[in-house]
Amino acid sequence: MGVMVRAENLGKQFDDFWALRDVNLEVRAGEVLALLGPNGAGKTTTVRILTSILRPTRGSAQVGGYDVIVQPHKVREIVGVLTEHHGLYGRMPADEYLDFFAQIYGLEVPERQRRVQDLLALFNLRDVAQERISEFSKGMRQKLSLARALIHSPPVLLLDEPTSAMDPESARLVREAIQELRSTDRAIVICTHNLAEAEELADRIAIIRKGNIIADGSLTELKRQFLGLPEYEVVLGNPLDGYVPELPCGVSITAQGPNWLRFSTLNPKEDNPILVRNLMEHGLPVVELREVLHSLEKVYLQVMNASVNREGGNVS
Amino acid sequence: MFPDIRPALVISRREVRDQFRDWRIIIPILLLTLFFPALMNFTAHKIVGFVERYGAPLIGDRLIPFLLMVVGFFPISVTLVIALESFVGEKERLSIEPLLASPLEDWQLYLGKLIAATTPPLIASYMGIGVYLVGVYRQVGWVPEWMLLMQIIALTTSQALMMVSGAVVVSSQTTSVRAANLLASFIIIPVAFLIQWESMVMFWGQYDILWWTIFGILIVTGLLVRMGVAHFNREELLGREMDALNLRWSWKVFLRHFLGESRSVSGWYRHQVLPSLRNLKLPLVLMAFLLVGAVFIGMDQAKYFVIPSEALRLERLHEGLLTLQLDLRLFATEGIVLVWLVNLRAVLIASLVGFFSFGVVGVVLMMIPLMMVGYFMANLALAGIPPLTFLAAFVLPHGILEIPAAVLVGAAIMRLGAQFVTPGRQYTIGEIWLRSLADCMKITVGLAFPILLASAILEVILTPRIALLLLQP
Repeated sequence: MGVMVRAENLGKQFDDFWALRDVNLEVRAGEVLALLGPNGAGKTTTVRILTSILRPTRGSAQVGGYDVIVQPHKVREIVGVLTEHHGLYGRMPADEYLDFFAQIYGLEVPERQRRVQDLLALFNLRDVAQERISEFSKGMRQKLSLARALIHSPPVLLLDEPTSAMDPESARLVREAIQELRSTDRAIVICTHNLAEAEELADRIAIIRKGNIIADGSLTELKRQFLGLPEYEVVLGNPLDGYVPELPCGVSITAQGPNWLRFSTLNPKEDNPILVRNLMEHGLPVVELREVLHSLEKVYLQVMNASVNREGGNVS
Repeated sequence: MFPDIRPALVISRREVRDQFRDWRIIIPILLLTLFFPALMNFTAHKIVGFVERYGAPLIGDRLIPFLLMVVGFFPISVTLVIALESFVGEKERLSIEPLLASPLEDWQLYLGKLIAATTPPLIASYMGIGVYLVGVYRQVGWVPEWMLLMQIIALTTSQALMMVSGAVVVSSQTTSVRAANLLASFIIIPVAFLIQWESMVMFWGQYDILWWTIFGILIVTGLLVRMGVAHFNREELLGREMDALNLRWSWKVFLRHFLGESRSVSGWYRHQVLPSLRNLKLPLVLMAFLLVGAVFIGMDQAKYFVIPSEALRLERLHEGLLTLQLDLRLFATEGIVLVWLVNLRAVLIASLVGFFSFGVVGVVLMMIPLMMVGYFMANLALAGIPPLTFLAAFVLPHGILEIPAAVLVGAAIMRLGAQFVTPGRQYTIGEIWLRSLADCMKITVGLAFPILLASAILEVILTPRIALLLLQP
C-alpha cells in the first residue's frame, strides 16, 4: 500500500497565531484515518492545506505523491473534499448541482450523467433530484455535499464532519456509504468530534490538540499506549473467599469482587488458559471470561488529559 | 497550446442561470430593457418637438444620440450589483470553498465570474438600445449613422467590462458584501466622471473622441483584469476575516519601505533612492519617449486649434512677459518659492491620480506641459516666428532641469502602476499599494523635489532674462 497522504512538520501561522504547529501524518491507500480534536485544534486547517487552499507556513505535505505547494492543481484533481460547511447553491436542483461539479472536474457527458445518477441513488436522493437544494433538510444537504466530494471518484477523500447535523438514520446511511468507499487504492481522512463514528470507521486515529498531533495509531495501539495492558474479567461459579490465585509471570490483578476478578496481561493467548486452569483446580468454576472493552472516549480523554497535564491544566 | 476556457464557461453558465432564477435581478433588467428605453423615446420626442418650436433643432440632434448612450448605460449599471458580490457573496454564503478546492485555475475562476457578471446586463443593454432605436425611428424617423451605433455599442461594452473588472477586484479583496458595497464608490465616482465626459462629447458632437475614450477604457479594463488575476489569492479569499483600515499599520509599512534601514540622508540616498532609480531604467526610457511624443501631439493639435497670428506678434509676447514679471515677481526669492510650490503641487497631484489609475492619468498629466510646448511651437511657426526662439527663450533655460524631473516623476508613477498589476503573492494588496507608493515617493522627494527647486531658481532668475533678450521687438 502506497502512502497517499503525507504531512511532515506541517505548520501554519495566521498573523501571530499558529493554527498548526507540528503536524506529522501518513495515510496509506486503503486506510481510513480519523482526525480527532476539539474545536480550534487545527483539523480544518489541516484539511485546507491538504487541498492546497492554504499554503503551509512551514513543513511539507504530499497528496497522492503531489506536493501541495508545487503542484496544487494536481492535488485538487485527486482530492474529494467534504467541507466544514455544505457550500451548496440553494437555487439549484440537486442533479444540476452535481452535474456542475462533474463538469468542473472535467468529466465527459456519458460518465457525468452516470456518476450523477449513481451518487443520487447511493444517497437516496433520486426522488428529490429535481428539487431546489434550498428545500432540502440538513441531512439531505450533507448527503449531497458528500456526493459532490465523490463526483470524480477521487483516490483521496477528506471529510470534515461528515455526519454532523444529521438524523441517526441519515448518519447511519452516510457511515455505511463511507464503509463502502473503502477500497485498496483510496485513502480517507475523516475529521470528526464523533468518537463512536471514528471508532466504527477508522483504521487509525490521530488526535490533534493546539496544532500538534498528540497521539497517532490504531485503536488497539492507542489503548495499549494510554490505558496500559489489555484487561480481562473472569466470572466464577463460586465466591473467591479470600483466595488469591497463582498468577503467571506478567499478569497482575487490577480489580476484584466476591466472585469475579479483573486482570491485565501482556500475553493473553498463553496466560489466560493457565489462569483458568489454576482457578478450576482450586474448585472455582469459570462461568465467563471476557475482555474489558475500553471505549475510544476513554482513550481520547486520557490522551487529552496527558497533554493538558504536560501544560499544567486538567480536562474533565 | 491554447488555455482551456471551458471550466470558466461552466462557471459563467451556472452563475447566469442562477441570476435568471432570481427575480431581484430579472425585474430591474427587464424594466431597464423595456420600460426605460420607452421613457427615453417619449422624452426624446417631447424635447425634439419643444426645441424645434424655439428654433434650436441642434439640441434635438444632439439629444437623441445622447439618450442612446444613456439607454445603453443604465442596464449595465446592474453589472456592479452582480460583480460586487461575485466572490465575497459566495464567501458569505459559505459556498466558495468547494470551488476553491476544485482543480480550477485561478484565472479560470476569475474569468468565469467576469463573464457571468457582464453577460446578462450587457444583453439587456443591447436590447434596450434596440428598443430605443425602434421607438425613436417610429416617432421622429431618426436612424443613427453606422459609425455612431458602433461607437455606442463599443462604449457600452467597454464600460460594462471596466465596471465588472473593477467590481470583481473589489469583491475578491474584501471580507463582506457590505464592505464591497462601500468600496464600490471607488468605481462609481470615476464612472460618474466618465459619463459626464462622454455627455460633454456627445453634446459637443465630436464623436471621434469617443474612440479615444473607448481605447482608454479598454486599457484600464485590461489593467484591472491583470491586477485582479495577479492578486487573486485563494487563501486570502477564504481566510481573511477583518478589513478595518489600520492607519498606524499603513504608516509603519510606508515608512519602513520609504526609509529602510537608513540612519542618515546620505545613507538614505545610497541605500534607498539609488536602488529605486536603478529599477526605473525601462520606465525612464518609456517616459522620455512619451514626452517626445507629447510634443508631437501638441504640434499636431495646432492644425485644429490655431492661435490668431496677431496674438503671437513679438511685441505682444514682450508685453506679456513684462506683465508676467510683475505678477509672478520674477527675479525675486518669492517667485522662486511660488514656482517651486506650483511644480510640487503638479507632481503630487500627478502621483496621487497615478496612484488611483495604475499610473495612467499621472503619466498623462506629466505629458500635458510638453504637449503645450509643442502646440505653441507649431502655432509660432504658423505665425512666422521661429519656434526654436520660443524654445530657447521660454523652455530650455529651466527645462534642462525641469524636463528630466518630469521624466523621473513620470517613470516613478509608471512603475507605481506596473507594480499593482504584477503578482506579489507574499504581500496583501494593501501592502503592495503602500510599498509602491513609498517607492514612487523616494524618487519624487529624493530627486524630483531638489531638481525642481534648482529649476525654479533658473525659471525665475535666468529664463525671463533670456526671454526678454531674445524677444526684443
